[in-house]
Amino acid sequence: MYLAKVVVTLRKSILDPQGKAVHHALGSLNLPAVQDVRIGKLIELKIDAATKADAERVTAEACKKLLANPVMEDFTFSVEKL
Amino acid sequence: MTKPKFGVVAFPGSNCDHDAHYVLQEIMHQDVRFLWHKDSSLDGVDAVVLPGGFSYGDYLRCGAIARFSPIMKEVIAFANDGGMVVGICNGFQILCEAGLLPGALLRNECLTFVCKYIYLRVENAGTAFTSDCRRGDVLSVPIAHGEGNYVADDDTIRALEKNQRILFRYCERDGSITASANPNGSRGNIAGIMNEQGNVMGMMPHPERASDPVLGHTDGQYVFRSLIRSLMEREPFHHQMIEERS
Repeated sequence: MYLAKVVVTLRKSILDPQGKAVHHALGSLNLPAVQDVRIGKLIELKIDAATKADAERVTAEACKKLLANPVMEDFTFSVEKL
Repeated sequence: MTKPKFGVVAFPGSNCDHDAHYVLQEIMHQDVRFLWHKDSSLDGVDAVVLPGGFSYGDYLRCGAIARFSPIMKEVIAFANDGGMVVGICNGFQILCEAGLLPGALLRNECLTFVCKYIYLRVENAGTAFTSDCRRGDVLSVPIAHGEGNYVADDDTIRALEKNQRILFRYCERDGSITASANPNGSRGNIAGIMNEQGNVMGMMPHPERASDPVLGHTDGQYVFRSLIRSLMEREPFHHQMIEERS
């Protein structure tokens, strides 16, 4: 069994109004060092696969077909053995 | 000429399906039926409406899960065959997720859910969805969404503009397109677009909520009247197409 951790983020060219609002709030918490905030999603998949490469293939397919929308999002993932 | 048949798809979480059904049946006097998300047939309808709401709780992304429901396989095939499909609000989001329309709908720039009447300028009156309008007409129709911020890359926007596939833009009462008339941050104030073939249209505003005279606004009827007329006119063509294939 493998655990895939998928991180989905808005593409750089897309304005992230949520991130902007959080950035603004952090500024008022006296954390001006924070220069930018982008908000994304963490999705964990438990995958029954024979090898790590198989689990990675399944994860990539899940990302491309459903977990991320390429119009507005990018994704990265890591896979570890459970 | 027989009346065109409409199908309104109900997904779990749709909440404007009954409004759309009511307007088509009681106000526009059309033959309408509900199509359940698990159905695998469109029941011979001539046009499909994907209604507003929060299909599958808007989980993951608005429309992302609805796009894989059994009925959508049929809707996609129907659209690719030239069938008329209208997506309103969540229906627009589903059409984008399904790849039947370009672009995507993001969280409103203001981050809040916006529910109010807005003005729409008709950008192209030569389509199946707007033929009852004139170019430049200003319609008063409500919006109600948290994710209606239309985005697409530059090439897509250029193609939409060049082929006059932008049907509606958010505008001021006098029809001018301004930043303050943009309720959600959409690129170019875009509120509604259609596909290249002109048979699939998505819009964030709710024409079905502005069609019953009892509610005080009837501008939404323009969209339904246009659609009904185009269905009446294209029926022979559509049937011929089906005969040729069989």
